[in-house]
This record gives sequence, C-alpha cells and structure tokens, in this order.
Amino acid sequence: MDFFDRFAVPHPSFLIYGAMVSIAIAMIAVVVGITYFKKWGYLWREWLTTVDHKRIGIMYLIVALLMLFRGGVDAIMMRYQLSMPDNTFLDSQHYNEVFTTHGIVMILFMAMPFITFFFNYLIPLQIGARDVAFPRLNALSFWLFFMGAMLFNMSFVVGGSPDAGWTSYFPLAGNEFSTSVGTNYYMIAIQIAGMGTLMTGINFITTILKMRAPGMKLMKMPMFTWSAFIANVIVVFAFPVLTVLLAMGTMDRLFGTNFFTTDNGGMDMLWANLFWVWGHPEVYILILPAFGLYSEIISTFARRNLYGYKSMVASMVVISIFSFLVWAHHFFTMGQGPLTNSIFSITTMAIAVPTGVKIFNWLFTLWKGKIVFPTPMLYSILFIPLFTLGGVTGVMLAMSAADYQYHNTMFLVAHFHNVIIPGVVYAMIAGLTFYWPKMFGFMLNEKLGKWTAWLLSVGFVLAFIPMYITGLDGQARRMYTYSESTGFSALNMVSFIGAAIMAVAFALLVYNIYYSIRYASRDIGNDPWDARSLEWATHTPVPEYNFAIIPEVASTEAFWDSKKKGHELFKGKIEKIHMPNNSPIPFIMSCLFFAFGFSMVFSIWPVAIIALIGILACLTYRSFEKDHGRYISVEEIKETEAKLRGAKK
Amino acid sequence: MRIKMKLMLLTIVGTIATVLAGCEPLLVLDPKGPQAKTQADDIILSIWLMSGIVIVVLAILLFVLIKYRASNQSEDYEPPHIEGSHLVEAICIGIPIIIVIFLSVVSVKSNYEVETTPAGYEDQEPLIIYASSSNWKWHFSYPEQDIETVNYVYVPANRAIEFKLYSYGPITSFWIPQLGGQKYAMSDMVTTLHLAADAEGEFMGRNANFSGAGFAKNTFEVTSMSQADFDEWVDEVHDTADPLTEEKFDDLLDPGHLGRSTYTGTHLEFSPAPEHDHGSSDSEIEEPEHEDHTDHESGEETNHDNH
Repeated sequence: MDFFDRFAVPHPSFLIYGAMVSIAIAMIAVVVGITYFKKWGYLWREWLTTVDHKRIGIMYLIVALLMLFRGGVDAIMMRYQLSMPDNTFLDSQHYNEVFTTHGIVMILFMAMPFITFFFNYLIPLQIGARDVAFPRLNALSFWLFFMGAMLFNMSFVVGGSPDAGWTSYFPLAGNEFSTSVGTNYYMIAIQIAGMGTLMTGINFITTILKMRAPGMKLMKMPMFTWSAFIANVIVVFAFPVLTVLLAMGTMDRLFGTNFFTTDNGGMDMLWANLFWVWGHPEVYILILPAFGLYSEIISTFARRNLYGYKSMVASMVVISIFSFLVWAHHFFTMGQGPLTNSIFSITTMAIAVPTGVKIFNWLFTLWKGKIVFPTPMLYSILFIPLFTLGGVTGVMLAMSAADYQYHNTMFLVAHFHNVIIPGVVYAMIAGLTFYWPKMFGFMLNEKLGKWTAWLLSVGFVLAFIPMYITGLDGQARRMYTYSESTGFSALNMVSFIGAAIMAVAFALLVYNIYYSIRYASRDIGNDPWDARSLEWATHTPVPEYNFAIIPEVASTEAFWDSKKKGHELFKGKIEKIHMPNNSPIPFIMSCLFFAFGFSMVFSIWPVAIIALIGILACLTYRSFEKDHGRYISVEEIKETEAKLRGAKK
Repeated sequence: MRIKMKLMLLTIVGTIATVLAGCEPLLVLDPKGPQAKTQADDIILSIWLMSGIVIVVLAILLFVLIKYRASNQSEDYEPPHIEGSHLVEAICIGIPIIIVIFLSVVSVKSNYEVETTPAGYEDQEPLIIYASSSNWKWHFSYPEQDIETVNYVYVPANRAIEFKLYSYGPITSFWIPQLGGQKYAMSDMVTTLHLAADAEGEFMGRNANFSGAGFAKNTFEVTSMSQADFDEWVDEVHDTADPLTEEKFDDLLDPGHLGRSTYTGTHLEFSPAPEHDHGSSDSEIEEPEHEDHTDHESGEETNHDNH
C-alpha cells in the first residue's frame, strides 16, 4: 500500500471528498452518455484529431468556460471565508490551496485559453486565410494546454493542491516548506501548458505575417489581429523565461539542485525576478487582445471607423516593449535601494501614457458616431470607466515609496482585479457575445445578456472597491482569517455580497446560452451586427475552408467597404482548395505528456521514462510521415456554397 | 439604462469620496511617523490627481454617449470617416506625460526619503533593532541593549530606528502601517527599514508576505514610549528576564505561534544575521554585530547617561 499512499490528499476535508465524488460521477456520466449516443467515432474524427482552427478554437472556449467555473468557485469560497471574522468555513491550509489555484486557474487556464480561443477562431477569418500556418502544431498546442490544465486540476483530488501562492516564491515553494506534491503539480502542469502557449505564439506570428489576404498590408490589418500579433510576439519573448524558470524549479524540487534555495549558492530572489520577467509581460499578453476586441466592438457599434488607427498600433508596440522593463515593481519592497526603485517606478508610470492614448482613442471613436448599445457594446462602455479606475490605481501603486504601504495588501488585490475583470473578463464575454452568431448561427438573448452585464458590474464594484479601503486599513492579502477587532468585517461582507452577485451573473450567462440554444432565431444572416471586418464576409456557419475565394482587401475595413462603397471582395472563380489532414498524433502525444507529467509529479521514474520515449517516438514518426494534405474539389465547394446561401439570408 | 449607469458611477465616486473623507482614519492614512507621513501624503496626492483623471474620462464618456447615441440622431445620419488628428493625439499624449513626469518627481523624491534616516532625525544615532522572522513569529534583537523579545517590540518615540530584517525561512515582509511601509525579510541577506515614531502609542505590526499556514496570525505589537520609559524597561528586562540560550532559541524557531516573551542577550551571538553583500545596494556591509558584544555593557551605560 505504500506506493498508493502518495496519491492520498494530505489534508482531506468534506469539500475534497465531495469534489472526488462529483468528478467521478461527472466522468462516468460523460462516458456513459457518449457511449449511449454512439458518439465516440464522431468525437474522435471531428474533434480529438481535428486540425481545423475553428474547432480547436471552440475546444479552447469550452476549457476556458469550465475553468472559469472552477476558478469562480474558488473565489466565492474565499470571499465567504473572509466575510466574517474568525470564520471556520476553510482552515488555513485549504484557504492557501484555494487562493493559489484560483490565481493559476484564472490566469493560465481561464484567461489564456479564452484569448487563444479568439486567436484561433478569428485571426484566420480576419486576415482572409483558410487555416493557421501550422495546423497540426496548433492541435498539439491545444492538447498540450488541455493536458496541462487537467493535470493541474487533478492536484485537488490526487496528492494535494499547490499552496504557495500563484507566484510560488521560494523558499516557501521549496521542499523544506512545501512538503506535499502540490508544488510539483504547479511546476510540471504549467510547464506542459506553457509549451502549448509558446507554440501558439510561433504559429500565430507566422500566420499573421505570411497568410494575409492580398492587399492586406500590415497597416491594413483589423485591430484585433494587430493586438493578437503583438501579444504573440510577447508570448515568444516571455514564455521561454517561464519554461526555464519552471525547469529550474522542478530540478530544485525533484533532483536536489540549489537554484533557489537560500544556501549552497542558491538565491530565492532569483525566482521572484524571473517569475515577474515572465509574469508582467503575461498580463499584457492577456490585456492586448482584449483591447483588440474592444476596438472591434466599439467601432462596430459606434458605426464609425476606429479613431487613430496608427496611434493604436504604436501604443501597443510601446506597451509591449515597456512590459519587459517594469518587472521589479512587483517587489519594490525587496530592498533594491532607491535608485532601482526609482527607475522601475518611472517605467511603470510611463505605461499609463500609451494606455491612456488607447482610452482616448476609444472615446474619440464614439465621437460623431451613431452609437447603439447591444450587449457587447454595453460591456465595452462599462469597461472604459471601470478599467480607467483600475489603471489609475496602477499608477498609484507605481509610486514605489507609497507602494511600501500598498504592497501585499488588499489594495493590490483590488487593483489587479480592477484591471483584469473589466479589462480581460468583460472583453471575453463581450467578444463571446459578439462572435457567438458567427460560430453557432444564432444570437445570445439580448435581454439576459444586458442583465448579466449590469449584474456583473454591480457585483464587481461591490466586491472589489471595498478592498481598496481595507487594504489601506492594513488588511494583508492571503490572510485566511482576521479578528473582530481589526474592523475589516463589514467591508469584507460587502465584498462577499458583490462576489455572490457576480456568481449570479455568471449563472445567468450559462442560462442565457441554454435559453438561446432552445429559443433563439436561426435566421440571422451572415452579418447580424452590421460589422466591418472580413470575418463577417463569409457564411455562417463558416465552411471548413473559410472563404471559397480568397478576398482582396484595400483598407482596414474591407467588409464595410464592400457593403458601403462597392468594394469587390471576391474576385476570380472557385478553384480546388488544399486543406490539411486530421491527425491523431497531437492528441496521442499530449496524452503521453500527461502520463509523463503525472509520473514526474509523483517521482515514478519508470513510467516517466516510458512516456518520454513515447513522446520522442511520436516526434520521430511525424518527421518521416508523408502527409501532403488533401484537396476539396470545385464541385464540393460549389455544393457547400449553394447550400449555405440557401439556408441563410 | 442610463439611470442605472449613473447610479453605478455614483456608487464608485461615492466610495472613493468615502475613502478621501476618511470616515474613520484608515491605518495607512493615519501616520504616526515621518516615513508613514511621506507615504500617506503621496497616497492622498495621487488619489486626488487620479480622481481628476477618472472624472475627466467619465465626463467625456457620458458626453459622447448622450450626444451621439443613435436614438438622438436622424435616421439617415452617416458617421464620418475620421483617421485621427495630430493635434488631438499630441494632447492625449502630452497631458499624461506631464502628469507622469510630475508623479515621477514626487515618487523619486519620496524613494530617497523613505530609504534614509527619517527627516528631522539626521543628527541622532539611530537605534538598531534586528527583526528576524521564523514560522510564524518575529524575534527582535537589541544589540546595544543586549536584550531580545518575541512578537513585540518597544521603541523610544522621537528617535530614528533602523530595523535590520532577515528571516529564518520563507520570505516575509515586516510592516508597521502607521510607522511606514513594509520591507522583505529574507534568509540570505539583511535589508534595512528606516522608521521613526513621532508619537507614543501602540501600533499593529505584521508580516505582510504570505509565508505558509500560520501567516494570517504572524503579527506583533509595537509600543512607542518615551526614552525614559524605554530605558526603564531595558533595565527591568535585565533584572528579570532569563538569558537566551542557543537551545532556547532553537525551540523558539520551531514552526508555530507563540505569545510574547523576553530574554537578556540576543541570538546574534550564536546565530548571526546573514550580513554579507548580495550585490544589492540595500544590504550595507557592516562588521558582524556579534564582534562588538564586548562593548555592549559599556554601550548601554552610555545610553543611560544620555537621557
């Protein structure tokens, strides 16, 4: 039995047993359901082996929504625990696990796949391409990410969750102070998912540089594509740092090296520095595509072109460069001295300038527009003041002397939620609502959508504004409890109420999807929002090959021009289309990565070695495989086009 | 819908106003020392400035939303195509740059202020206290007075204090909000936090950096008192407290929570602080304290004579 003891959760509770049972029931239900409806073949052919960017995108979306639920449950548990002084709902160990996994799940397994969903689904459509540059690599990216996410989530029920914070500072995350396998999960699961992200970065940079439609010069790309391009450049520069960092951390934990230990020449501060050299650009990887989505949405519903296109692009380039020059602001209090702090204080504040330019450009895009307020626009309008509030508190935090008082407090927690929720999460929901008809051929219910937006915003304000106040009153972050005498309880209760309202809003979003699947009209045409860029120029649902004829582009708003100025998008005639073949290799290889990661976490070396050999075998097989793809014949395309045209409009 | 939005904006502005008005003084905005005062002043200044920015953005947003909403315009209005204007963009870049430059000057100035002996105390010899954390306690060593306390610290008011910070274990952060902001305590170097209390009283102190299971209750009490009371306390400790032995200190380091305790002697004698240069400008190279211990008795005498 000794062998199996290691898989036990070191600190079990009713909640964890409950989770075990519900996960088991859910898995059995899924397996029985698929078998009952005889969908295994369909699942394998159409999804598990697919290389279609649209399907991969939708799989990213499903994972992101599941993880949003998981991270959200973590959040509500934390807020409930802190809503009353000396609450005993969670003990210290559970609270530490919950805030650690909340951070990792929300950043890496919710926000990252959400933006990758948009990259996947939209970029080829926006640039008039038929797929990404490396479709099979794209499938591998997704499956690696998926396996990383699953491995990480397993920690909750097998072996114990990481509990050293999402930043996992050493020496706390070292073997001496984190004795469970939780931090091994952190190192290895994020490593596997991170490799997927790095491949995504390379893939989309190539796609955007090499596969744009004729006439689409760089400065004629839609703004979302620009933002995605810059974000992916940051990915390619920043993620290798994470890879190295996690590899070093893994070696410290598993093989007794001393990179981050405090004796034998190791240095704990090195972890903090490298973590944030990756970590700060990471937040811009999240926010820039969100800015891109807002640009598309605001311009569409102001019925105007985006104001200051060039300065929008320039500001993102400047932000991307500065994102690598500010990492030390995450630890002004580490004692670098006033000179270093002054430099990082100034670079950090400087980022406010290009960000401010973007805010003003959105405001001027509304100016002289003809503004309508469907749900995506409502999110974008709510985003502007709420994000501005988050941005200016960021400038406050950038003042390093004052940061000695904000650091590690709820003020900081309020600030980064104040930028990430209105910045990223609103953009994700707005974008999802905006592109839902493109993906599924029907619209989400507007009334429910607006209720969601308002509830989310009211909940957000109630949940996070009080944290600014308790932070200034001395409430440190990551405290699992506090005493009555601190006086934090009233505001923390308000926070909990706000969090509960946000939970209701997310539940309403889920209900909206259910409701709209059942009742929404399927007769919406290809362009339900009267939009402006190429993704709306093709049919809904989008055929496998995206565009029967590759469009020709003359401005940033090619589709708008074709509607209003008689610009001819599709010249020439239909020819046979070359498409990539599906492949099981990415899925199989990622399963092997999962086995490898799992056995690494528990130091089961034979399995790890076998899995590694399997991974190398997959790579070798791929190198010798001759697969030149396939052609879709002209007749087949014409048939599809006729059918799509008949069904819609 | 617009009414709802206005209500929400009012909530936001109202909440900020509550902070500004300071219904009850928040710890950080109720400074009891020069460093905390510098920081609180910066915070208040930036809150006002930033509120101004938020209000301007809100005003522009509300203006364009109301003026240019579709229901306010004729059916056949076609919004124009506007590329952008160099003048407008220069303003949008210029004004933020001016604000950032202004705040940078304030920030740099304050940086140097909080990283040195507090203003008004330059002519004094600062009191040096070694504050080291262990899971989940704080140990305060007074090398000059040759005493050590656990989980509480007495300091003389109106005297510059240099806290020398380090940790037996994870990174912690030493924070007394009313005296000044925090700084990390780490196990492989010593950092210095310059503080002073210009009032007598009791203050909350805590570790602000997550350090494991006992983190939430990793707090200590700070009492600021007159120099005479402080000296009296030191004498009393020497009369009544037990000496701190190496075995006793090892027991104290065991993970857990402890109440207050007091000893004569300091652990610096057998477990010196990690004072070696780590390439950081903050870890000043000093002679290890324990080499001076022979002087302690006489140093203390001098101290007593001074007041």
